[in-house]
Amino acid sequence: MRIDEITNLLQADALACDMSSLSQEADFAFASDFLSDVLAFGRPGYLLLTGLLGCQLVRTAEISGISAVVFVRGKRPTHDMVELAQRSALPLICTKMTMYEACGKLYQAGVGPADCTSVRGS
Amino acid sequence: MSSADNTKLQFEIIARDFIRAGDAAATIKRYLSQHGFDAELVRRAAVAAYEAEMNIVIHSRGGMLTALIEPDAILITAVDVGPGIPDIPLAMTEGFSTADEEARRMGFGAGMGLPNMKKCSDKFEISSQKGTGTMVRMTLNRHK
Repeated sequence: MRIDEITNLLQADALACDMSSLSQEADFAFASDFLSDVLAFGRPGYLLLTGLLGCQLVRTAEISGISAVVFVRGKRPTHDMVELAQRSALPLICTKMTMYEACGKLYQAGVGPADCTSVRGS
Repeated sequence: MSSADNTKLQFEIIARDFIRAGDAAATIKRYLSQHGFDAELVRRAAVAAYEAEMNIVIHSRGGMLTALIEPDAILITAVDVGPGIPDIPLAMTEGFSTADEEARRMGFGAGMGLPNMKKCSDKFEISSQKGTGTMVRMTLNRHK
């Protein structure tokens, strides 16, 4: 599913992104407030849903190569977070939906669960 | 041979500097991407370097992070001055963490740092001396 379609589905605002990042696809998603989970399970093409704010969240998403971050329950990233995300071309999506509702909508629309088992060496 | 061979990227990591934390790993990731390394190898190197960098920031009094690009492997070394790890097998257990409240508020402290580093590496070596510091050395093979 394209990032702009995800933004519409979640009745969300997309920040820190241009037309090319909005047309990227994210076919799998996972939700976490732990940065090490993001590092362990994040992959290109994955969408992260979180309630966590902070520059380290953006940095972690950039390092793991995930496609976009969705902030739930009306949380808004700070100016510093948006700047950092712009530099790494990482779309930030803000929805007022709860984590449960946002995950449900995405699942219903065909965004699959991220594979959190195929971790190298485990 | 590639133009990146024998390149050494070295960074001083400042303890408790959560503003700059992650800059070193992001620089390593950018360098590897720009030099055409395989995307999955870049991701593993970036995650391994970032976890090592954050461990220095959170747990030590400061240290160095180095990435050495050899023809057959990428070597990532993290050396810190600090309290050391008294029980390495326990620290390697998924879910075990000694991160403080400030680090936990930022989303760290899941107890996945060292296990993540090991999983991202083809060879993982760790040594630590109580009251002196810790050294982690990770080898990521460039060719399967």
